[in-house]
Amino acid sequence: MRAGWLPKLLLSPSVILVLVCVYGYIMFTVYLSFTASTMMPAYEWSGTASYQRLFRLANWNVSVGNLAVFATLYILVTLVLGLLFAILIDQQIQAEGLFRSIFLYPMAISFIVTGTAWKWLLDPGIGLEHTMRQIGWESFSFGWIKQADMAIYCVVIAAVWQTTGFVMALFLAGLRGIDGEQISAARVDGARPWQIYQRIIIPQLGPVFVSAFVILAHMAIKSYDLIIALTNGGPGRATWLPSVFMYQYSFTRNEMSVGAASAVLMLAAIGVVVLPYLVNEMRKVKHG
Amino acid sequence: MADTRDKGLVAGRIFLYLVLIFLALLFLLPMYVMLANSFKPLEEIRNGQLMALPIDWTTAPWRSAWSTAQIGVQATGLRPYFINSFLLVIPAVAISTMFGALNGYILTQFQFRGANLLFALMLFSVFIPFQIVLIPMAKTLGTLGLAGTVKGLVLVNSVYGIGFTTLFFRNYYAAFPVELIRSARMDGARFFAVLFRILLPSSSPIIIVTVIWQFTNIWNEFLFGASFSDFSSFPLTVALNNLVSSSTGVKEYNVHFAGAFIAAIPTLIVYVASGKYFVRGLMAGSVKG
Repeated sequence: MRAGWLPKLLLSPSVILVLVCVYGYIMFTVYLSFTASTMMPAYEWSGTASYQRLFRLANWNVSVGNLAVFATLYILVTLVLGLLFAILIDQQIQAEGLFRSIFLYPMAISFIVTGTAWKWLLDPGIGLEHTMRQIGWESFSFGWIKQADMAIYCVVIAAVWQTTGFVMALFLAGLRGIDGEQISAARVDGARPWQIYQRIIIPQLGPVFVSAFVILAHMAIKSYDLIIALTNGGPGRATWLPSVFMYQYSFTRNEMSVGAASAVLMLAAIGVVVLPYLVNEMRKVKHG
Repeated sequence: MADTRDKGLVAGRIFLYLVLIFLALLFLLPMYVMLANSFKPLEEIRNGQLMALPIDWTTAPWRSAWSTAQIGVQATGLRPYFINSFLLVIPAVAISTMFGALNGYILTQFQFRGANLLFALMLFSVFIPFQIVLIPMAKTLGTLGLAGTVKGLVLVNSVYGIGFTTLFFRNYYAAFPVELIRSARMDGARFFAVLFRILLPSSSPIIIVTVIWQFTNIWNEFLFGASFSDFSSFPLTVALNNLVSSSTGVKEYNVHFAGAFIAAIPTLIVYVASGKYFVRGLMAGSVKG
C-alpha cells in the first residue's frame, strides 16, 4: 500500500532525529576536525592542521598501536574459543541450556561491573598472585596489569571472557542450521568426528565467521567502558585506545578539534569494516 | 573390539563433561569472587585469599555500598544512582520501543520513495562509534538546558536506541502474514486499527525482545552517562566507576565488589528470568539485514 500522509507524518520524528542526531552530528564533528577548536567549538576553517597534529602525537600513535594488538588478539581468540565452545555444546550433552547460559551471562552485565571484578582479580596485591602465594606458591608472580608492556593483554582476557559466549551462540545457530545428510553420509564412509568438522562443518560456517568478525571488530574499535573500569588507560598510557584518546583530548585536554579528528578516524575504521558487510546483507535480502 | 570402542566413547564423554565443567567454573569465577568477597571484612581480603569463602561473614560492605560509601564528594552510597538509572531506563526503553514498533510497521506495510535508503541509514546508526556524536550532543543538551540531567540522558539513549528497535520490529513485521492485514484493510480498518488490533496483539515476542535488549543496553551504558551527567544525575555505572576508582583513602575492595554486584543485579535478574529473549535479541541484532 502506498503511504498516505499519516504514515509519513508518524515516521518523520524518527527520520528527523536520525538525520540530525546521527548524520548531522557526524558532519558537525567532521567539520570541527577541520577547525582549530579548543575548549569550545570554533568555526573558522583551518584545513588539515588537527589531523597533522594528531598523527604527530605520541598518545595517538600509542593508542592506535594498542588497538592493533588488542583487536587482533581479541578477535582471533574469541573466534577460536567461540567456535570451540559451540562444538563442545553441540555434542548432545546433558544440561545444554545451563552450560549455554553460564557461558553467555557476561554479555548481560556492564563492562564497568566485570571490569571491576577483573581489576581486582588481576591485581597482584589482592588477586591471583596474592592468592597463589597465600596457598603456598611463594614464587608465583602475575602482575601484568601493573606492567606497561603487558597490561593490554589483561584487557584482552577480560574482553574475551565477556564475549566468547556470544560468539558461541552465533556459531551454535550456524551449526544447527547445517544439513545433516552430508554429515551422516560422511559418518557412513567412516570419517572421524574431527574430520567431519574440519572438512564438512567448519567450511560451511563461513557466513557466521564473517558476521562474528564484523561484530567483534566493531566492538574492539568502540571499546571504552572496559578500559576505563579495568585500567583507566594505564599504567601510564599503556592501555589507551582511540576511544580513550578521543575523550581525553575533547573534554579534558581542551583540544576539541584533535578529539574530533580522532572520532572521525574511528568512524572511518568502523565504516571500512561494517559498510561492505551491510551492503552485502541488504543485497541478499533484496534478492531473496 | 566393540567393548574397547565403547570404553573409548565413555572416556571421551567423561572428558567432554570435565572440560565443560572446568570452563563453566572459569566463567563463573569472577562472579563468585565478587560475591564471596563482598561478604568479607576488609582484613580478611588483605590477609586471606580471594577464592576462599568468607570466614567472618558480614553485610557491612553491602550496607556501605548501598547507602554510605563516598561517591565523589558525597557519602550517599549507590542508592540515589540506582534510582537515577531506573528513572533513565524506564522512559528511554518505553520511548525507543514505541518508536521502533511504529517505524517497523510503517516501513514494512507502506511503500514510499526512499524507504530502503532510510532503513539503511537507521541500520548504520546502530554501528557508529558514539564518540562521533559526543561533542555536538553535548552542545545540544547545553542549548536545551538538559546538560547534567537525567532527562538529557533519557533523550540521548532514546534517540540512539531507535536504530535497534526499528530493526527488530521491521524484521518481525516483514515476516507478518500479508493476508491478515489485507483483509483487515478490506473491512475498512484504518492506520491505527491495523496497528493496535492486528499487529500489536501478536507482537509480544518482539516487544519482550526489544524491551529486554534496550533495558540491558541502557542500564549498562557508560559513555553517555560519563559525558552528559553530573553528581546529581549519574547513572549507576558512572557512580560505580567513581566509587571504585576514587583514589583517596583505603581501597575498600569488599565495598567495591558489593557495589559492582548491586549494579549487575537488575540485568542479571532479567537474564536469568528470560535469557531466551535476551539471546534472541543478540542474534537479531547480529544478523542485521
